[in-house]
Amino acid sequence: MPPRFTPERVRYDRRYRTLDKYRFIVGFLAVPLAFYALFVISPFLQAIYYSFTDWSGGPVANFVGFDNYEKMWNDDRFWDSLEVSVLLLVIAPVLTLVLGMFFAYMITSGGRHRRGRAIAGVAGSSVYKVVYFFPQVLSVAIIAVVWGRVFNTNSGLINGGLDKVGVDGPAWLGGDETLGLISLLTVISWSFIGFYVVLFSAAMGAIPKDIYEAALLDGAGRARTFFNVTLPLIWDTVRTGWIYMGIQALDTFAICLVMVPPHVLKVTPVFLYERFRDGQYGYATAIGVVLLLLSMAFSLIVMRVGNRDRIEY
Amino acid sequence: MTTTTTTAPQPQPQPQKVSSSAVRREKETGGALNVFSHAFLILWVVLAAGPLIWVALTAFRPSAEILSDPMGWPASFHWENFSNAWNKANIGQYTLNSLIILAGSLTGTMLLGSMAAYVIARFTFPGNRVIFMLFAGGMMFPVILALVPLFAVMENFGLLDTRPGLMIAYIAYSLPFTTFFLTSFFRTLPTGVQEAAMVDGASHTRTFFQIMLPMAKPGLVSIGIFNFLGQWNQYLLPLLLNNEDEKSYVLPQGLASLAVSQGYRGDWGALFAGLAIAMLPVLVVYAVFQRQVQAGLTAGAIK
Repeated sequence: MPPRFTPERVRYDRRYRTLDKYRFIVGFLAVPLAFYALFVISPFLQAIYYSFTDWSGGPVANFVGFDNYEKMWNDDRFWDSLEVSVLLLVIAPVLTLVLGMFFAYMITSGGRHRRGRAIAGVAGSSVYKVVYFFPQVLSVAIIAVVWGRVFNTNSGLINGGLDKVGVDGPAWLGGDETLGLISLLTVISWSFIGFYVVLFSAAMGAIPKDIYEAALLDGAGRARTFFNVTLPLIWDTVRTGWIYMGIQALDTFAICLVMVPPHVLKVTPVFLYERFRDGQYGYATAIGVVLLLLSMAFSLIVMRVGNRDRIEY
Repeated sequence: MTTTTTTAPQPQPQPQKVSSSAVRREKETGGALNVFSHAFLILWVVLAAGPLIWVALTAFRPSAEILSDPMGWPASFHWENFSNAWNKANIGQYTLNSLIILAGSLTGTMLLGSMAAYVIARFTFPGNRVIFMLFAGGMMFPVILALVPLFAVMENFGLLDTRPGLMIAYIAYSLPFTTFFLTSFFRTLPTGVQEAAMVDGASHTRTFFQIMLPMAKPGLVSIGIFNFLGQWNQYLLPLLLNNEDEKSYVLPQGLASLAVSQGYRGDWGALFAGLAIAMLPVLVVYAVFQRQVQAGLTAGAIK
């Protein structure tokens, strides 16, 4: 019974209170945990099991050992998609993080001597931060549709602009794999740079000003200050961002599915989705398991490579 | 575009001599590099906002003009693009679907997430840590792995292609981060108030709803914005779980399919108007709450 209906003498009894506590805990956890277990945990566990079966959507799923993985090994289309995905995994984080860091540095520290302070953002830095973040609040599906139009060969923004200066633009998404990859990278970086600008700005803003003043008095220029002061001090954030961006690049699904025609190139998640659409459920989940292993391996490598002594300040 | 202009701050020619008067000097001596850096900052404003402004302008142009001169200025304002998009291209229906689903899923996520987080953060009981790790672990797995079995689970429950089904899926996949974030938030709240409420005879439930939830408001706002944008923009889950009837599509899904079908029908004006309609509300929400949105999303992504 709720406390207000419980008689005085029982209400403060230790056993009653313990019971009341557990009733509350169970009552509050039951629904969230049930949802979570049914719709998140169980599909993940099932996925690993189904990756060893020939399941095609029906009630029957025969255990076939490593057949799906063997099939994947011999499937050229899988390797093609993996090549694109791995290229994204390697290039997208570097591109996005370098640009993000550059902008963040300009925004937090580029306006040196402004307002008589040793370190300050360039003029209008708050406007930059707001505008750069625009893509981050839009749906990936919408971003993909917009950029699909931007890259359109005949009626796209880019080729329309090239037309005006008398250049015949290429068919960005028309069939050339390299151009397709460049387009994909452009959109991925475009949509994430604003996020990293904000993230790195926050990290850079937390660095004490007197460190910068000391560097300045020692005669360090802007580039030196960046490499010898800023970067080491925000290294933890950079590493986390690197992992996060890598996994995002590996998960690229909607942009590729919506923007890039299937004959040009596809990333592994799109390849997985197509196998699912064909009814090859077992095979599709096996591809998912490989993606999971790949993202875990990537995180571990970055943790290892990027491991430096933490600097306290 | 971005690939050609990868630019880290380049080394400056020589270390500058800095006297104390130089520190206070307004003019920067970086010269060319400085001009270049500023130009690049401004260029990126154009690149970040350009495609969006292009969509907004093009939404007012007739289809034939868009095809012949993609970069042109709207000669006259064709408002009928918007009514076509809203009525004929179903954008109105898609928006309504998105709103209904979001109303259910966001309420559910916030309620269930804060309930679970509160219990995990403020009570000691056997399995407390295990449950916390269970939620935290869920953040690390790619959704695409769960895709196929999730489809089957939903089918078994008869939730495939239904609104409640989609709401439940949104809630379930938002729970790991919501619970994780709110657990650490509830932990930071003072214990004294909770104890005082108990002494005054308030039940646990009452303490939660009337005392702890109001105290947790800043945390709830951050994670609420995070979930609002995440669920409003969701594409993968509806594509998988709600693909049967075109009338039931949510907004991003509807626009993606519209982009494909416009290739045959050729009403590009309506497509651009639809994109503008879809982008405008989130950009307005962002413009108003930009500080909270930026804080919420960056806190959201980096655990």
